[in-house]
Amino acid sequence: MEKLSGNKRSIQHQFIVSSIIIVVVASISYSLTNFIGYRSVALILLFTVSILATLLDIFPLIYTALLSALIWDYFFIPPKFTFHVESTEDILLLLMYFVIAFVNAILINRIRKAEKESNEKREKEKTIKLYNTLLNSLSHELRTPIATIVGATDALQEQTINLSNEDKTTLVSEISLAALRLNQQVENLLNIQRLEAGFLQLHKDWCDVRELVYHVIQKIEVKNSKHTFNVQISEALPYFKLDYGIMEQVIYNILLNAIIYTKPSIITIKVSKFDFDKIDVAAPDNIPVELVIVIKDEGDGFPENEIDKVFNKFYRLQNTKTGGTGLGLSIVKGFIEAHNGTIKLKNSVAGGAEFTIVIPAETTYINALKNE
Amino acid sequence: MSNQPNILIIDDEPQICKLLQIALTSNQYKVIECNTAQDGIVKAANYLPDLILLDLGLPDKNGQDVLIEFRTWYHHPIIILSVQKDEENIVKALDNGATDYLVKPFRTGELLARIRSALRNSSQENKEPIINYNTLQIDLINRIVRKENEILKLTTTEYALLVLLIKNEGKVLTHQYLLKEIWGNTFVNETQYLRVFIAQLRKKIEDNPNTPNYIITESGVGYRFIGN
Repeated sequence: MEKLSGNKRSIQHQFIVSSIIIVVVASISYSLTNFIGYRSVALILLFTVSILATLLDIFPLIYTALLSALIWDYFFIPPKFTFHVESTEDILLLLMYFVIAFVNAILINRIRKAEKESNEKREKEKTIKLYNTLLNSLSHELRTPIATIVGATDALQEQTINLSNEDKTTLVSEISLAALRLNQQVENLLNIQRLEAGFLQLHKDWCDVRELVYHVIQKIEVKNSKHTFNVQISEALPYFKLDYGIMEQVIYNILLNAIIYTKPSIITIKVSKFDFDKIDVAAPDNIPVELVIVIKDEGDGFPENEIDKVFNKFYRLQNTKTGGTGLGLSIVKGFIEAHNGTIKLKNSVAGGAEFTIVIPAETTYINALKNE
Repeated sequence: MSNQPNILIIDDEPQICKLLQIALTSNQYKVIECNTAQDGIVKAANYLPDLILLDLGLPDKNGQDVLIEFRTWYHHPIIILSVQKDEENIVKALDNGATDYLVKPFRTGELLARIRSALRNSSQENKEPIINYNTLQIDLINRIVRKENEILKLTTTEYALLVLLIKNEGKVLTHQYLLKEIWGNTFVNETQYLRVFIAQLRKKIEDNPNTPNYIITESGVGYRFIGN
């Protein structure tokens, strides 16, 4: 309904604007008739109608053509100020004016329509291509763990195969891993869907970023104990108003990426506050400052020519063998942008990848409470 | 009749029911199963189970409404099992009287631990006056907390917060609940106070405040005290 009435309004608008333009052009021409003669005015008006044809919808356009013809007849063709036309030549001209104005208007309008259609078709093809990329990557990412589960359970159920206890344990843990991987993919897809559909609503609350970071590390460490985490957070870091769950997901995805794609090494997480005035005294409550989180690994970094693309949806680095739908980092970016923040990636001097997250947020210091 | 606790499962997914049945019976619980909210309410009234496992996505009725209905007369633990993992839903369920909330998929070990803790809490309303957890000792009568036999200097608020968490051992307490209980109704949205006191309390009672063993964070929902 809203769209419809909006459309109506825009068409009304077109009628008014085109009337004004025709009247203005006609008035200017009128003042010049002594120099250019009334027949040239027809050409000027036709020219105006042609230009308007590229902008207007069909009904305002027909109206414009009609209006311009009548104005020309009434004000310019002698005898002036009547619709009466005396010379046969002028009658012929007026008729031709009508025909040319209408044909012109309709043709240009058709061309525009055709162009619009072909644009839509191109957009659709692009969507289909993206959809195919998604399907390819998805079917691989979902089918691999499913295949693992089906295969492992078959082996466990098969009476004729003599499995050692060790084999059985391995198979069961493979099933468990595959199920977790499936769950992670579903999680990613749901998150992407939430971002795309604009469903994401932030529930901002005061966050102890230190608590948040360590909480994520604890979760990651359950999965992998081979990497060590070096956390650098100042004791004086204030609380920031953020969506705790969403920010947890951000740090989690980046750390997960790091532990999957780098060999066991140190991952550094540095959290700090950036004041615009750079004065490090306790700011009064609710002054927006920026939260800066830098996450650095000691892997090989990203190929320089692919750095710009890593945040794209479904993008995966060339020659990567480990699974992934290429959604993790694009979710990270979406979540940070929902906080009006930015994320940048570069290769550090030492070689590893370095993510820098900057989020403007309210802060609070409430150290005064300590002795309550 | 044996003394094994009765557990009522209300879940419409046969696979989940089967899994729960195996996991629970093999751990000496008696299990009653049903697949709809209507049936669940009837069975709960007939058998008076010691604990209910409730799925929020039932076919015949909104899970939160079922929960509210149960809480008008059923006072034993209700643990929610749900695929919905957003904090809003979890907080809502806890506010509606759920004892605990587990997101599917969950680990069986985790479920059993939550069931044990919920049953323990409901069976012994009156705790011992002196509670011991590993290196931590809380003397409720003299209001003294010791860590490795050293008396900890806790402020009044810190002590109140700790005791509230301990009295609900194993249960998630939402931010709003903690704020209301400790600071009062006007403070329910001042989460920063809670953050400060949780951080201070952890510094005092935890071996490593960054990787807490006692006071566990439930992202975006609240905190849970784990005794052992």
